[in-house]
Amino acid sequence: MNHNLQIHTKDITMHFQNTKVLDNINLSIAKGEIFGLLGPSGAGKTTLIKILTGQLKPTSGVVSLFGKEKERIEQECMSQIGMVLDNTGLYERLTCYDNLLLFARIYGIDKSEINIVLQKVGLDDAAKKCVNKLSKGMKQRLVFARALMHKPKILFLDEPTSGLDPVIASSLHSLVMEEKNKGTTVFLTTHNMEEATKLCDNVALLNKGEIIELGNPYELCRRYNHQNKLIILTKSGEQIELMNQASSAMRVADFLSNNEIESIHSTEPNLETVFMELTGRGLDTDEHEKSSRYF
Amino acid sequence: MNMKKVAAIFRKQLKDTLKNKEVLIQFIMFPVIATIMQNSIRIEDMPRNYFVILFATMYIGMSPLTSTASILAEEKEKNTLRVLLMSNVKASEYLLGVGSYIFLICMLGSVIFAVVGQYRGIEFVLFLSIMALGILISILIGAGIGTLSKNQMSATSVTVIVMLIFSFLPMIAMFNEGVAKVSRFTFSQQLNDWLKGIGTISIHVDTIGILLLNMIVALLIFVLGYRRCKLA
Ligand SMILES: Nc1ncnc2c1ncn2[C@@H]1O[C@H](COP(=O)(O)OP(=O)(O)OP(=O)(O)O)[C@@H](O)[C@H]1O
Ligand SMILES: [Mg+2]
Repeated sequence: MNHNLQIHTKDITMHFQNTKVLDNINLSIAKGEIFGLLGPSGAGKTTLIKILTGQLKPTSGVVSLFGKEKERIEQECMSQIGMVLDNTGLYERLTCYDNLLLFARIYGIDKSEINIVLQKVGLDDAAKKCVNKLSKGMKQRLVFARALMHKPKILFLDEPTSGLDPVIASSLHSLVMEEKNKGTTVFLTTHNMEEATKLCDNVALLNKGEIIELGNPYELCRRYNHQNKLIILTKSGEQIELMNQASSAMRVADFLSNNEIESIHSTEPNLETVFMELTGRGLDTDEHEKSSRYF
Repeated sequence: MNMKKVAAIFRKQLKDTLKNKEVLIQFIMFPVIATIMQNSIRIEDMPRNYFVILFATMYIGMSPLTSTASILAEEKEKNTLRVLLMSNVKASEYLLGVGSYIFLICMLGSVIFAVVGQYRGIEFVLFLSIMALGILISILIGAGIGTLSKNQMSATSVTVIVMLIFSFLPMIAMFNEGVAKVSRFTFSQQLNDWLKGIGTISIHVDTIGILLLNMIVALLIFVLGYRRCKLA
């Protein structure tokens, strides 16, 4: 097996009772790659992350981390993984510092690392604050700090920025990029397509437990750029759509020479429109919406 | 078993409990009440150390059990237990860390009882040994409840019932013979009898049997919960 492969899954299928939640998931993620799992609520993102981190056993299929099958190397494996999951798991009555101190002792890390990592996530001033006095964004940053402290080789992030304000989200994005540059492999789930486009080397679009498309986000967008139009807004307020090709050149030239153009841009499909085209629905939809209407 | 990890959990628990009034009060309440009652109430023909033994028995049946159950249930509810288990802490290391902390604190409480009861020499050692045995069984039962419960709410409701059985049955049994026939089968009643006869202790086969039975049941519940807690 390729030594650069950090995460590999083969035919992962997961059933809860009689419902199939994941269907034949095959993934190969290389060292230093940021991989995004993109899909609407209920698609099975958290379920897959739980399987990869050994919290759930798949109905069938094989997971390998670091090129070794999961079950056999659980112990040593765990200390090379960092996790930011949707439920924080912080000790509410303890301070930020003491929360990290517990894990520094468990991992046998020098205490000086605690302040370094707190500074990295911008919590150095809050070190002595109890967790129950922190804002949501601060808690999330503390969870990040805990996940990074032991310098893991793989980071699993389950919707790391959901519900956070853009400034904090963006600072967490920088942290993730910093880790990537150090050679850490990152597996993240999100239903935010901007986040996925900005961060990820590769994304998988997950819909109802199936991977429907997979690849580099920009390539995916280009591949689905069927529309390929130019949209021109004239100074008189009219919106004109032209095909983005040679035959439109004369009309664009006309607009330009008459100084009529207010704005001009090409249609650039994003992951959202790609997902729409593949499934006929957006990323913000919820699998449960249909059923929850009955309650 | 990695003792460094056990120690880390122990120290975490020490800090956390100091800030957790509900659990802290469990450890302090009974020794304090016993001290006050024993020193302020004088009744004719009152058996020796009446209040000390009464409250020490309730302490055994209540404090280790409820605090263990609530600590474990909270860790499950708040997902901190999962984070620990995923950080390569074995469930056994976790339980030893938390359990030894509770054991130590409760033994400190027991020393207060022993001092108030003016036990000396061999009696002092015997008193503490009996308490240690009771605290151990009580922690096991609490750990069983904690690991089997989904959250603090459900743990509390189970704990209240179990705690009533172990801490109040021996007390009611003093006034009611019917209850005494049932309470015989609790470890707290057996230990209560030992405490009452501390100068003239005699070990009966059925006492040992009942203690063992209590311990085995506690262990069974605990192992059941422990297995499930790994998966949950
Ligand atoms: N323990 C469980 N028992 C039964 N069904 C479950 C369980 N966990 C998840 N499911 C179901 O599996 C499906 C996928 O859930 P999952 O949490 O993986 O979705 P998700 O993509 O993470 O959604 P979100 O974006 O809302 O977090 C859902 O239909 C959910 O109801
Ligand atoms: Mg999820």
